[in-house]
Amino acid sequence: MNFKFRGKRISGMAVVLPERELSFLEEMKNFNFPEARSLKLKEVMGYNKRRVVEPGCCVSDLAVHGLQQLFDRGLLKKEEIDAILLVTQTADHFMPSTSSLIQGRLGLKQDMLCLDLNLACAGFVIGLMQAFMLLEQESVKKVVLINGDVLSRKASPKDRNIYPLIGDAVSITVVERDASNATIHANLHMDGTRAETLIIPAGGMRMPSTPETAKLEDVGDNNLLAKDHVFMDGSAVFNFVQTEVPPMIESLLATAGTTVEHIDYFLCHQPNRFMLQKLADKMKIPYEKMPNNVVENYGNTGSATIPMVIALNFQERVQREKMRVCMAGFGGGLAWASMLMELGAMDFNTTIEYKQKS
Amino acid sequence: MKSIAEILKEIRPEFDFTASQDFISDGMLDSFDIVTLVSALDKNFGVSIPGTEILPENFMSIPTIEALLVKSGAKL
Repeated sequence: MNFKFRGKRISGMAVVLPERELSFLEEMKNFNFPEARSLKLKEVMGYNKRRVVEPGCCVSDLAVHGLQQLFDRGLLKKEEIDAILLVTQTADHFMPSTSSLIQGRLGLKQDMLCLDLNLACAGFVIGLMQAFMLLEQESVKKVVLINGDVLSRKASPKDRNIYPLIGDAVSITVVERDASNATIHANLHMDGTRAETLIIPAGGMRMPSTPETAKLEDVGDNNLLAKDHVFMDGSAVFNFVQTEVPPMIESLLATAGTTVEHIDYFLCHQPNRFMLQKLADKMKIPYEKMPNNVVENYGNTGSATIPMVIALNFQERVQREKMRVCMAGFGGGLAWASMLMELGAMDFNTTIEYKQKS
Repeated sequence: MKSIAEILKEIRPEFDFTASQDFISDGMLDSFDIVTLVSALDKNFGVSIPGTEILPENFMSIPTIEALLVKSGAKL
């Protein structure tokens, strides 16, 4: 499905990171796996270090801390926020929505929309699309898109498939109208028939959590996890990304009448370094145009990854100049989405650390 | 340049790859080994094996790996 937007821009961004850092080298002993093989994997996949929350920390804690910092530093005003869109798969509660909790804790106005979107790694691009659609309404002048998860709390420490790569983070993206009227192209695809490729089987209404769902089971390749944990069929995800993402991006570029050479950067979700390099090879995109350094520094931070790519590589640059970027997210759902837009001349782009109060 | 057998031996030194016709069924290579193997083959043979070809059936034996490399543009 193709989309076209005009006159919208990202005016500011922040990423919020928990201060707790884990090292792959220290964690290797958790895996039922020879050290030499883990070290080879570290090199290929980019496993290195990552940030995770302390026990008990929720997405709303990171988001409230980040937004409060922006208010305190005068980068954002409470009364300007007409909508909070929160993209997460690790909500604080089943009910109410976590975006409402954020609104309440920050004392934001009542004349606004709070909406949770249950989306995974395609959630930054899809969240932006929703923000742009809201901004078609005259009454909506500023949308705050929040992306983030605390998925480390749902990962089995005995699952080498997913545990070493999960990072927790939240991004805050301020979206508003823009006088330039530049065209933004986007597309998205969804395939619910492959929903079980990435799933937390227990803990919802279909399979409530019980002592049974907390028991570790061997799911192959010496990985142990429970039904309460996040499960990823790594091979299926890899195949999905390599098969679906290149034609999606090629289609986006063709729709916009442009080519790889005319794009400054490809800002993609980062499951691991190997997967991104294979994508770049397939699309003949030079590695330097597709940064892949988030996963080795912060882990796979879900739908906050694209803002993390921007913060890590272009924090100063996006505040002083514009770049033509193609963003692509892909993951659970399954869902995959891409967007071509001018990014830059932001009012702010900042990184905020979250220190959990004891 | 290393041979395919030498690269396999580096990844899983405990196995005799010449004695197997199916590395996957015999439990000699798992999905992570395949990733490590592809990375090593890419570097050694100066190619990039396409992501869509990273399927277990292409890594069953030395002849299937050879065929994959040729398909990916390697000169063996």
